[in-house]
Amino acid sequence: MLIAIAFYILAFTAIAAAFMVVASRNPVHSVMFLILTFFSAAGLFILMGAEFLALLLVMVYVGAVAVLFLFVVMMLDVDFVELKQGFLTYMPIGAIVAFILLAEMILVGAVYFMGDAKTVVPTDPETSNLEAIGEVLYTQYAGAFEAAGLVLLVALIGAVVLTMRKRSGVRTQNAMDQIARTREDGVELVEIEPGQGLG
Amino acid sequence: MLIGLHHYLIVAAILFTIGVFGIFVNRKNVIIILMCVELILLAVNINFVAFSTHMEPVAGADPIAGQIFALFILTVAAAEAAVGLAILVVYFRNRGNIAVENIDLMKG
Repeated sequence: MLIAIAFYILAFTAIAAAFMVVASRNPVHSVMFLILTFFSAAGLFILMGAEFLALLLVMVYVGAVAVLFLFVVMMLDVDFVELKQGFLTYMPIGAIVAFILLAEMILVGAVYFMGDAKTVVPTDPETSNLEAIGEVLYTQYAGAFEAAGLVLLVALIGAVVLTMRKRSGVRTQNAMDQIARTREDGVELVEIEPGQGLG
Repeated sequence: MLIGLHHYLIVAAILFTIGVFGIFVNRKNVIIILMCVELILLAVNINFVAFSTHMEPVAGADPIAGQIFALFILTVAAAEAAVGLAILVVYFRNRGNIAVENIDLMKG
Protein backbone atom coordinates (compact mmCIF):
# COMPACT_ATOMS: atom_id res chain seq x y z
CA MET A 1 0.00 0.00 0.00
CA LEU A 2 2.78 2.38 0.96
CA ILE A 3 4.60 1.46 -2.23
CA ALA A 4 1.49 2.25 -4.25
CA ILE A 5 1.15 5.68 -2.63
CA ALA A 6 4.85 6.40 -3.22
CA PHE A 7 4.54 5.25 -6.83
CA TYR A 8 1.56 7.49 -7.57
CA ILE A 9 3.16 10.53 -5.93
CA LEU A 10 6.44 10.04 -7.80
CA ALA A 11 4.77 9.23 -11.11
CA PHE A 12 2.43 12.22 -10.87
CA THR A 13 5.31 14.55 -9.96
CA ALA A 14 7.42 13.26 -12.84
CA ILE A 15 4.65 13.68 -15.39
CA ALA A 16 3.56 17.11 -14.13
CA ALA A 17 7.15 18.35 -14.09
CA ALA A 18 7.78 16.94 -17.56
CA PHE A 19 4.75 18.80 -18.83
CA MET A 20 6.01 22.00 -17.23
CA VAL A 21 9.37 21.51 -18.99
CA VAL A 22 7.48 21.76 -22.26
CA ALA A 23 4.97 24.44 -21.28
CA SER A 24 7.05 26.79 -19.15
CA ARG A 25 7.69 30.24 -20.57
CA ASN A 26 11.08 30.73 -18.99
CA PRO A 27 13.79 28.23 -20.04
CA VAL A 28 15.43 28.51 -16.62
CA HIS A 29 12.20 27.21 -15.11
CA SER A 30 12.20 24.48 -17.75
CA VAL A 31 15.62 23.32 -16.57
CA MET A 32 14.43 23.33 -12.96
CA PHE A 33 11.41 21.22 -13.89
CA LEU A 34 13.72 18.89 -15.82
CA ILE A 35 15.69 18.38 -12.61
CA LEU A 36 12.44 17.63 -10.76
CA THR A 37 11.45 15.11 -13.45
CA PHE A 38 14.75 13.29 -13.18
CA PHE A 39 14.60 13.34 -9.40
CA SER A 40 11.14 11.75 -9.42
CA ALA A 41 12.30 9.20 -11.99
CA ALA A 42 15.18 8.34 -9.66
CA GLY A 43 12.58 7.73 -6.96
CA LEU A 44 10.73 5.38 -9.31
CA PHE A 45 14.01 3.54 -9.94
CA ILE A 46 14.48 3.07 -6.21
CA LEU A 47 10.92 1.72 -5.94
CA MET A 48 11.85 -0.83 -8.59
CA GLY A 49 14.97 -1.84 -6.72
CA ALA A 50 17.55 -0.30 -9.04
CA GLU A 51 19.32 1.88 -6.50
CA PHE A 52 22.56 2.20 -8.41
CA LEU A 53 20.89 3.63 -11.52
CA ALA A 54 18.75 5.92 -9.35
CA LEU A 55 21.80 7.47 -7.72
CA LEU A 56 23.57 7.62 -11.08
CA LEU A 57 20.58 9.46 -12.54
CA VAL A 58 20.73 12.05 -9.78
CA MET A 59 24.50 12.45 -10.12
CA VAL A 60 24.70 12.58 -13.90
CA TYR A 61 21.57 14.58 -14.61
CA VAL A 62 21.10 16.84 -11.62
CA GLY A 63 24.81 17.20 -11.06
CA ALA A 64 26.10 17.53 -14.60
CA VAL A 65 23.62 17.74 -17.46
CA ALA A 66 21.13 20.07 -15.78
CA VAL A 67 23.89 22.42 -14.67
CA LEU A 68 25.24 22.40 -18.23
CA PHE A 69 21.79 23.33 -19.53
CA LEU A 70 21.48 26.03 -16.90
CA PHE A 71 24.86 27.50 -17.86
CA VAL A 72 23.96 27.63 -21.55
CA VAL A 73 20.48 29.06 -20.92
CA MET A 74 21.87 31.80 -18.75
CA MET A 75 24.90 32.47 -20.95
CA LEU A 76 23.02 32.96 -24.20
CA ASP A 77 21.40 36.35 -24.36
CA VAL A 78 18.31 35.37 -26.29
CA ASP A 79 14.84 36.85 -26.29
CA PHE A 80 13.04 33.75 -25.11
CA VAL A 81 9.57 35.28 -25.29
CA GLU A 82 9.99 35.60 -29.03
CA LEU A 83 11.12 31.97 -29.24
CA LYS A 84 7.98 30.88 -27.42
CA GLN A 85 5.72 32.19 -30.18
CA GLY A 86 4.14 29.56 -32.36
CA PHE A 87 3.29 27.43 -29.34
CA LEU A 88 -0.42 27.60 -30.12
CA THR A 89 0.12 27.28 -33.87
CA TYR A 90 1.67 23.86 -33.54
CA MET A 91 -0.55 22.85 -30.61
CA PRO A 92 -3.31 20.98 -32.53
CA ILE A 93 -1.04 18.87 -34.72
CA GLY A 94 1.27 18.20 -31.78
CA ALA A 95 -1.62 17.17 -29.56
CA ILE A 96 -3.03 14.85 -32.22
CA VAL A 97 0.31 13.13 -32.82
CA ALA A 98 0.97 12.89 -29.07
CA PHE A 99 -2.45 11.42 -28.37
CA ILE A 100 -2.13 8.79 -31.10
CA LEU A 101 1.36 7.90 -29.91
CA LEU A 102 0.24 7.55 -26.29
CA ALA A 103 -2.82 5.49 -27.19
CA GLU A 104 -0.74 3.17 -29.33
CA MET A 105 1.96 2.69 -26.74
CA ILE A 106 -0.49 2.03 -23.92
CA LEU A 107 -2.57 -0.31 -26.07
CA VAL A 108 0.35 -2.30 -27.41
CA GLY A 109 2.78 -2.11 -24.53
CA ALA A 110 1.03 -1.75 -21.23
CA VAL A 111 -2.20 -3.64 -21.88
CA TYR A 112 -0.17 -6.61 -23.06
CA PHE A 113 1.34 -6.89 -19.58
CA MET A 114 -1.85 -5.90 -17.74
CA GLY A 115 -3.11 -9.48 -17.39
CA ASP A 116 -0.23 -10.89 -15.41
CA ALA A 117 0.19 -8.39 -12.59
CA LYS A 118 3.91 -8.98 -12.18
CA THR A 119 5.53 -7.16 -9.32
CA VAL A 120 9.20 -6.58 -8.75
CA VAL A 121 11.05 -9.85 -8.68
CA PRO A 122 12.79 -9.97 -5.32
CA THR A 123 16.50 -10.21 -5.88
CA ASP A 124 18.78 -12.41 -3.87
CA PRO A 125 19.11 -10.57 -0.55
CA GLU A 126 22.79 -11.46 -0.35
CA THR A 127 23.75 -9.62 -3.55
CA SER A 128 22.92 -5.94 -3.67
CA ASN A 129 21.94 -4.14 -6.86
CA LEU A 130 25.38 -2.55 -7.05
CA GLU A 131 27.09 -5.91 -6.67
CA ALA A 132 24.89 -7.51 -9.34
CA ILE A 133 25.73 -4.73 -11.81
CA GLY A 134 29.42 -4.75 -10.96
CA GLU A 135 29.66 -8.47 -11.50
CA VAL A 136 28.65 -8.30 -15.17
CA LEU A 137 29.70 -4.75 -16.07
CA TYR A 138 33.44 -5.43 -15.99
CA THR A 139 33.29 -8.98 -17.30
CA GLN A 140 30.48 -9.75 -19.69
CA TYR A 141 29.94 -6.15 -20.82
CA ALA A 142 33.55 -4.97 -20.58
CA GLY A 143 33.67 -4.16 -24.31
CA ALA A 144 30.52 -2.06 -24.15
CA PHE A 145 31.87 -0.38 -21.03
CA GLU A 146 35.05 0.61 -22.88
CA ALA A 147 32.95 1.83 -25.80
CA ALA A 148 30.95 4.02 -23.41
CA GLY A 149 34.18 5.49 -22.13
CA LEU A 150 35.25 6.17 -25.71
CA VAL A 151 31.93 7.91 -26.42
CA LEU A 152 32.46 10.16 -23.42
CA LEU A 153 36.02 10.92 -24.48
CA VAL A 154 34.95 11.85 -28.01
CA ALA A 155 32.13 14.01 -26.64
CA LEU A 156 34.56 15.73 -24.28
CA ILE A 157 37.10 16.49 -27.02
CA GLY A 158 34.32 17.47 -29.42
CA ALA A 159 32.78 19.94 -27.00
CA VAL A 160 36.16 21.51 -26.24
CA VAL A 161 37.18 21.75 -29.91
CA LEU A 162 33.82 23.24 -30.89
CA THR A 163 33.76 25.97 -28.29
CA MET A 164 37.46 26.90 -28.30
CA ARG A 165 38.34 30.02 -30.23
CA LYS A 166 41.23 32.40 -30.75
CA ARG A 167 40.36 35.92 -29.79
CA SER A 168 42.47 38.83 -30.99
CA GLY A 169 43.66 41.43 -28.55
CA VAL A 170 43.83 39.08 -25.61
CA ARG A 171 47.19 38.42 -23.97
CA THR A 172 47.54 34.72 -23.36
CA GLN A 173 50.38 32.46 -22.45
CA ASN A 174 52.27 31.00 -25.43
CA ALA A 175 53.46 27.65 -24.19
CA MET A 176 55.64 26.90 -27.22
CA ASP A 177 57.55 30.17 -26.86
CA GLN A 178 58.11 29.48 -23.21
CA ILE A 179 59.45 26.00 -23.82
CA ALA A 180 61.69 27.17 -26.69
CA ARG A 181 63.33 29.84 -24.50
CA THR A 182 66.99 29.12 -23.73
CA ARG A 183 69.32 30.40 -21.04
CA GLU A 184 71.16 32.55 -23.55
CA ASP A 185 67.94 34.40 -24.53
CA GLY A 186 66.89 35.06 -21.01
CA VAL A 187 69.96 35.77 -18.91
CA GLU A 188 72.71 38.28 -19.57
CA LEU A 189 75.87 38.48 -17.47
CA VAL A 190 77.12 42.02 -17.06
CA GLU A 191 80.42 43.18 -15.57
CA ILE A 192 79.81 46.31 -13.54
CA GLU A 193 82.66 48.70 -12.68
CA PRO A 194 82.49 49.79 -9.04
CA GLY A 195 80.91 53.21 -8.56
CA GLN A 196 79.65 53.55 -12.16
CA GLY A 197 76.49 51.53 -12.40
CA LEU A 198 75.14 50.20 -15.67
CA GLY A 199 74.73 53.64 -17.20
CA MET B 1 -3.42 -2.21 -4.99
CA LEU B 2 -0.40 -3.83 -6.55
CA ILE B 3 2.06 -1.81 -8.61
CA GLY B 4 2.90 -3.98 -11.58
CA LEU B 5 4.98 -3.70 -14.69
CA HIS B 6 2.26 -1.98 -16.70
CA HIS B 7 2.14 0.95 -14.25
CA TYR B 8 5.75 1.78 -15.00
CA LEU B 9 5.22 1.25 -18.72
CA ILE B 10 2.33 3.74 -18.70
CA VAL B 11 4.43 6.35 -16.88
CA ALA B 12 7.23 5.86 -19.41
CA ALA B 13 4.76 6.11 -22.30
CA ILE B 14 3.36 9.38 -20.94
CA LEU B 15 6.86 10.82 -20.46
CA PHE B 16 7.85 9.79 -23.99
CA THR B 17 4.69 11.38 -25.40
CA ILE B 18 5.32 14.62 -23.52
CA GLY B 19 8.82 14.66 -25.00
CA VAL B 20 7.51 14.24 -28.55
CA PHE B 21 4.77 16.79 -27.91
CA GLY B 22 7.38 19.24 -26.65
CA ILE B 23 9.41 18.90 -29.84
CA PHE B 24 6.26 19.66 -31.82
CA VAL B 25 5.12 22.75 -29.94
CA ASN B 26 8.53 24.30 -29.18
CA ARG B 27 9.61 24.50 -32.79
CA LYS B 28 11.70 27.62 -32.25
CA ASN B 29 13.72 26.94 -29.12
CA VAL B 30 16.60 24.50 -29.55
CA ILE B 31 17.32 24.31 -25.83
CA ILE B 32 13.81 23.07 -25.06
CA ILE B 33 14.09 20.58 -27.93
CA LEU B 34 17.30 19.20 -26.39
CA MET B 35 15.54 18.91 -23.04
CA CYS B 36 12.69 17.04 -24.73
CA VAL B 37 15.20 14.58 -26.19
CA GLU B 38 16.49 14.04 -22.65
CA LEU B 39 12.90 13.35 -21.53
CA ILE B 40 12.46 10.78 -24.29
CA LEU B 41 15.69 9.03 -23.29
CA LEU B 42 14.53 9.02 -19.67
CA ALA B 43 11.30 7.30 -20.73
CA VAL B 44 13.36 4.65 -22.52
CA ASN B 45 15.46 4.20 -19.41
CA ILE B 46 12.38 3.71 -17.24
CA ASN B 47 11.19 1.01 -19.65
CA PHE B 48 14.56 -0.74 -19.54
CA VAL B 49 14.73 -0.73 -15.75
CA ALA B 50 11.09 -1.77 -15.39
CA PHE B 51 11.51 -4.77 -17.67
CA SER B 52 14.80 -5.60 -15.97
CA THR B 53 13.38 -5.61 -12.44
CA HIS B 54 10.11 -7.34 -13.33
CA MET B 55 11.70 -10.13 -15.32
CA GLU B 56 11.66 -13.64 -13.93
CA PRO B 57 15.19 -15.06 -14.07
CA VAL B 58 15.33 -17.66 -16.80
CA ALA B 59 18.25 -19.69 -18.06
CA GLY B 60 20.40 -17.87 -20.58
CA ALA B 61 18.99 -14.41 -19.87
CA ASP B 62 20.32 -12.21 -17.12
CA PRO B 63 17.71 -9.71 -15.85
CA ILE B 64 20.43 -7.24 -14.84
CA ALA B 65 21.29 -6.67 -18.53
CA GLY B 66 18.43 -4.17 -18.77
CA GLN B 67 20.03 -1.98 -16.14
CA ILE B 68 23.42 -2.24 -17.86
CA PHE B 69 21.88 -0.94 -21.07
CA ALA B 70 20.11 1.85 -19.18
CA LEU B 71 23.57 2.81 -17.93
CA PHE B 72 24.89 3.06 -21.50
CA ILE B 73 21.87 5.10 -22.59
CA LEU B 74 22.64 7.47 -19.72
CA THR B 75 26.20 7.79 -21.02
CA VAL B 76 25.08 8.53 -24.56
CA ALA B 77 22.49 11.04 -23.31
CA ALA B 78 25.12 12.93 -21.34
CA ALA B 79 27.49 12.99 -24.32
CA GLU B 80 24.68 14.14 -26.60
CA ALA B 81 23.76 16.99 -24.27
CA ALA B 82 27.38 18.15 -24.06
CA VAL B 83 27.96 18.14 -27.81
CA GLY B 84 24.53 19.59 -28.57
CA LEU B 85 25.01 22.49 -26.20
CA ALA B 86 28.52 23.09 -27.54
CA ILE B 87 27.14 23.33 -31.08
CA LEU B 88 24.46 25.69 -29.77
CA VAL B 89 27.04 27.96 -28.15
CA VAL B 90 29.12 28.09 -31.35
CA TYR B 91 26.02 28.79 -33.42
CA PHE B 92 24.95 31.59 -31.10
CA ARG B 93 28.43 33.09 -31.26
CA ASN B 94 28.29 33.18 -35.06
CA ARG B 95 24.70 34.24 -35.63
CA GLY B 96 23.62 35.91 -32.39
CA ASN B 97 20.41 33.91 -32.41
CA ILE B 98 19.29 30.32 -31.86
CA ALA B 99 15.95 30.35 -33.65
CA VAL B 100 15.52 26.99 -35.33
CA GLU B 101 13.96 28.28 -38.54
CA ASN B 102 17.08 30.36 -39.23
CA ILE B 103 19.27 27.27 -39.13
CA ASP B 104 19.11 26.63 -42.86
CA LEU B 105 22.62 27.58 -43.95
CA MET B 106 23.19 24.22 -45.59
CA LYS B 107 19.89 24.36 -47.52
CA GLY B 108 19.40 20.64 -46.94
